[in-house]
Amino acid sequence: MSDTVRAWRHIPQRYNLIGSKCAQCGTVFFPSRIICPECRRKGQLEDINLSGKGKIYTYSVITTPTEEFKEIAPYVVAIVQLEEGAKVTTQIVDCNSDDVQIGDEVEMVFRRIREEGNDGVISYGFKFKLKK
Amino acid sequence: MRDVAIIGVSQTKFGELWDDSFRDLITDAGLGAIKDAGIEGGDLEAMYVGNMSAGLFVQQEHIASLIADHAGLTPIPCARIEAACASGGLALRNGIMAVASGFHDIVISAGVEKMTDVVDPTPAIATASDQEWEAQQGVTFPSLYAMMARRHMHEFGTTREQMAMVSVINHKNATKNPRAQYPMEVSIDQVMNSTMVADPLRLLDCSPISDGAAAAILCPAEDAKKYTDTPIYVKASAQSSGSLALHDRKKITTIDATVNAARKAFQMADMTPKNIDMVEVHDCFSINGILAIEDIGFVEKGKGGQAIEDGMTQLDGEIPVNPSGGLKARGHPLGATGIAQAAEIVWQLRGEAGKRQINNAEVGMTHNIGGTGGTAAVHILSK
Repeated sequence: MSDTVRAWRHIPQRYNLIGSKCAQCGTVFFPSRIICPECRRKGQLEDINLSGKGKIYTYSVITTPTEEFKEIAPYVVAIVQLEEGAKVTTQIVDCNSDDVQIGDEVEMVFRRIREEGNDGVISYGFKFKLKK
Repeated sequence: MRDVAIIGVSQTKFGELWDDSFRDLITDAGLGAIKDAGIEGGDLEAMYVGNMSAGLFVQQEHIASLIADHAGLTPIPCARIEAACASGGLALRNGIMAVASGFHDIVISAGVEKMTDVVDPTPAIATASDQEWEAQQGVTFPSLYAMMARRHMHEFGTTREQMAMVSVINHKNATKNPRAQYPMEVSIDQVMNSTMVADPLRLLDCSPISDGAAAAILCPAEDAKKYTDTPIYVKASAQSSGSLALHDRKKITTIDATVNAARKAFQMADMTPKNIDMVEVHDCFSINGILAIEDIGFVEKGKGGQAIEDGMTQLDGEIPVNPSGGLKARGHPLGATGIAQAAEIVWQLRGEAGKRQINNAEVGMTHNIGGTGGTAAVHILSK
C-alpha cells in the first residue's frame, strides 16, 4: 500500500480543509462526498473551504496506540464539530490532556501526521489546538 | 418464503489457541455442528463463513475455497461474508436467506477469526473504522468507543462504575461457560484500576484478542423434526447499515444501525422487547453493553447505565444479557462472534446451557455490530 499516493490525493482536504456542501439542502460534509445522502441524485455538491474553527464534541486520550503513533503517546484525539456543521476526527495538540473538555473551542493547525517508514515520505495535514 | 430452523450448533473454545491454525478452528467448529445436527457433511448444500480479516491476521484470502477444501466439502458453493465484527451475524443471515428462499435446503453458516498469529492485531482491527479519515489520524478502535462513552457520560450522566458493571456481569457469567476465554470474576475496582487504553476505557472495558470459530446448521422449519427433537426457529433476521465513520453520525450516543435492525426484527417476528427472554449483545467495549440495551429498546435512551447498576441484565434479572459471558469474557474472535451468539441462544432454548441456564426461556435475541455501527445484525430465535 502506498501511503504517499493516498496522502497526495487528498492534499486539498488534508492541508486546507476543503469539504463539500450540498447546494440543495445546505449540509456540509468533511471529508467531501460525491453524493449527498439526504438529497441523493437531486443533491448538488460543491467544494467549500472550511474555517477550521469548531468545538470539541467528544474526545479520548490514547495511552495504548498503534506502533506508528507510539512516539507521541499519550495523545488526545477528538471529534470536532466545525462551525459550518460537519464533524471531523482529529488529534488535539499543544495541550495537557487534563485541559481538554467537551465544548472547548478549537482551531485547525498544520502538522506532521505520519511517516512512511524511515525512508518514505512524511505526510502532513490538519490537527487542532485549543483556542485560548 | 419458508420458515427456517437451526438444527445444530457448535463453538470451539475461545482464547489464545496457539496450537490451532485458522483451518483447524473452522473445521473443528463445522464438524461439531454437523455432529450436533445429526447429519452428514454430504447433506450440506452451501456454506457461508463470516470472517473479518484473514488477509491481515493470517495473510490468507480466498478462505471460502480453503474451508470447503479442508472440510472435505468441495464442490459445494462456499462464500466468505465480511462486515468487520458483524461478519458472523451476516453469515447467519445469508444462510437463513438461502434456505428461506428455497435456493438451498441444508446449509452451514459459520464464523472464524485467528487473531493471535500477528504480533500486533491493532492495525487490523482499526480497519473496521474509516482507514483514511479515522485510523490515519491516529485514532485507535478502542478510542472511538471511548469517545462514544465520553459523550454518553456527558449527555446522560452515565458513570464509570456503571460501565465497569458491564464487564463484571459478563465475567461472572463466563465462569459458568466452559467455552469462554476468561472464565474468572473481576471486581468493579479491578476494572476501574486496569491499564488505561483510551480514556475513559481501560483494559477490562475492552473485549480481548481471541482465536475461535463457531458454526450453525440451518434447514427448512418443516423438515427440522426429521433431524432433531429440539429445533430452534428463526423468527427474525434483520440487518442495517450505518455510516462507516463515527463523525458522520448526527448522534454518537445511539447506534442507528442497532435501532434500525432491532426495529425491523421486532416487526418481522411480530414482537416487542417484552417478548424477549434473554439477549446476547455486542459488548465489544463496556459502553456498548449500555448502548445496546437502550438502542434495542429494553430501556429508554440514557437509562442503560442505571438499568445495569440496578441488576436488570444479570442472569436472574428482568432481561438477562450475555449469559455466555459476552464478547468481553467469552472472547471476541471477530468473525465468529455473531454465530457464537446464536449458538448460546440455541443452547439456552434447548435447556443445554449448564450452570448458566436461564429457566423457562422461550425467545432469545442476538445483536452483532460491525465497526462502530456501520453494520448491525439482529436475530430473534424461539423454541
